Amino acid sequence: MNIRKLEKKAGQLRLDVLDMVFNSKAGHIGGSFSGMDILVALYYYLMDVGKILRSDPDRDRFVLSKGHCAEALYAVLADQGFFTKDELRTFTHFGTRLAEHPTRDIPGIEIATGALGHGLSVGIGMALFLRADRVPAHVYVLMGDGEQAEGSVWEAAMAAAKFGLANLTAIIDRNRLQISGCTEDVMPVGNLEEKYRAFGWQALVCDGHDFSQLIPALATRVPDRPVVVIAETIKGRGSKVMENIAEWHHQIPTATEYQTIKADLEKMIQEVSP
Amino acid sequence: MSKVSCRKAFSARLTELAREDQSIFVLATDSRGSVTIGGFAAEHPDRFIECGIAEQNAVAIAAGLAKSGKTVFVTGPACFLAARAFEQVKIDVAYNKTNVKVIGVSSGVSYGPLGGTHTSTHDYAGMRALPNLTVLAPSDNVQAASLTEYLVRTNGPAYMRMGRGDVEGIYRDGEQFNVGVAKEVNKGSDITIIACGETVWHALQAAGKLEKDAISARVLDMFTIKPLDEAAVRQAARETRAIITLEEHSLFGGLGEAVAHIVVTSATPVPMRIIGFPDEELLVGRSAELFAHYGLSADNVVAAAKDLLEV
Repeated sequence: MNIRKLEKKAGQLRLDVLDMVFNSKAGHIGGSFSGMDILVALYYYLMDVGKILRSDPDRDRFVLSKGHCAEALYAVLADQGFFTKDELRTFTHFGTRLAEHPTRDIPGIEIATGALGHGLSVGIGMALFLRADRVPAHVYVLMGDGEQAEGSVWEAAMAAAKFGLANLTAIIDRNRLQISGCTEDVMPVGNLEEKYRAFGWQALVCDGHDFSQLIPALATRVPDRPVVVIAETIKGRGSKVMENIAEWHHQIPTATEYQTIKADLEKMIQEVSP
Repeated sequence: MSKVSCRKAFSARLTELAREDQSIFVLATDSRGSVTIGGFAAEHPDRFIECGIAEQNAVAIAAGLAKSGKTVFVTGPACFLAARAFEQVKIDVAYNKTNVKVIGVSSGVSYGPLGGTHTSTHDYAGMRALPNLTVLAPSDNVQAASLTEYLVRTNGPAYMRMGRGDVEGIYRDGEQFNVGVAKEVNKGSDITIIACGETVWHALQAAGKLEKDAISARVLDMFTIKPLDEAAVRQAARETRAIITLEEHSLFGGLGEAVAHIVVTSATPVPMRIIGFPDEELLVGRSAELFAHYGLSADNVVAAAKDLLEV
């Protein structure tokens, strides 16, 4: 595993996201930046992207349950050749398929998402299919921490444990902020590790920006048991302008902020030791 | 013609079809008894998934399964599937065009004695408004079995609602149905009665009574609520002098409004009467009692017909 390469890639993709958000004056940049390293770990290390590109039946499946961070996934998919990078410029424009939440017919998107609390259940359905047809592939579902307030998440948490889905990994982008403020003020999600464990899951906590922790956590498999990775992250990770500020859930950078964020990201990329 | 409930006809045919078609999966929501799907569960345990009392989760799981090529029937009382899981139906099923068949049983006022929590007199309105979704309401066991076969053979999202009780037979075994095409169950030239689900039988009774008074009533079984057979409605507006709709649903947003939408835009609009449940909390009672009380009855249709035709 070349961690430096992954770090560099995550920085470059954040720059793509910044351009999309700045040019389209739309998007959810804070959560896209907090979750970017998770996406990079999956799409540049853990999943066989060739199989996903070919829509092979035995491809790994990824569901972006926190669909509002679509631009992060679009940047990854364009970079991996699912569609052209030029198309990123259409983000949220009239008639585009690149809506602020993933739509159905985009190459590489398994299912349209956007209303929170659906993705884990959909992932269970996919994992049940893979198991029924004895397909050796894995399902990854990325959720937000604010999303944990949706009751349907816990219906799914119960069901995944009941079905003993060893081929399912839930990931929680634990940046501790949501649109109105701190998750613990808006609706305390509490100790997610203990909660999922009590529901019958294998629960792991790791630094969501440290690939040396993130990758082993995401690669963890336990017989007859789903795994949840609680990735401790920083909202707006990559620029001091945004980090840990709730407003950056979906704030659009001004021209000055854009330049500062860009410079911060470029510095971050440069600082990745060769 | 036998008197069998639609849900039993659905379950029996689905269990039968699943012997050949290995892609059929059934999801239940602690509802195998109410859906009468226990036979399927016993015969195909690997393709029966019990999701517990969690309708939202069940519908989304169905979508995930269907995304990989399965034909998935997610089953439970219509009052829960069409309300609590509505967002999952909207997004995971309809918006994502997944091959999920949402099967709501004991629909309408089948659960009338259970009170207002358990009625589903809103489901046509909600489901009709979702793009990509086919909406079906069989009127008897023969049609329910036939539509079940249709759902298995076609790829795409659908909602089918069926009542709980045994219903009078309308069709002979082997009768063919085309989804999207109304079934004319009685020929007539003075007035048209358009019904669906359990009200078709009442419409037929009304037509029989009207015939004794020399009024010729056409009866259309509009078992496909969506896509609605617009041609049949326009033809009724052209060839008969008035239209009555009869449905086990709120007056708001159901069959009546769907038909009226076509009638008012037709070249030959005709007077209409929409019969269904009023916009108020319904009284508690058995299905037959509620039908009678709120005028979902042959006698009320006859009175409405005479009023419309001024005879």
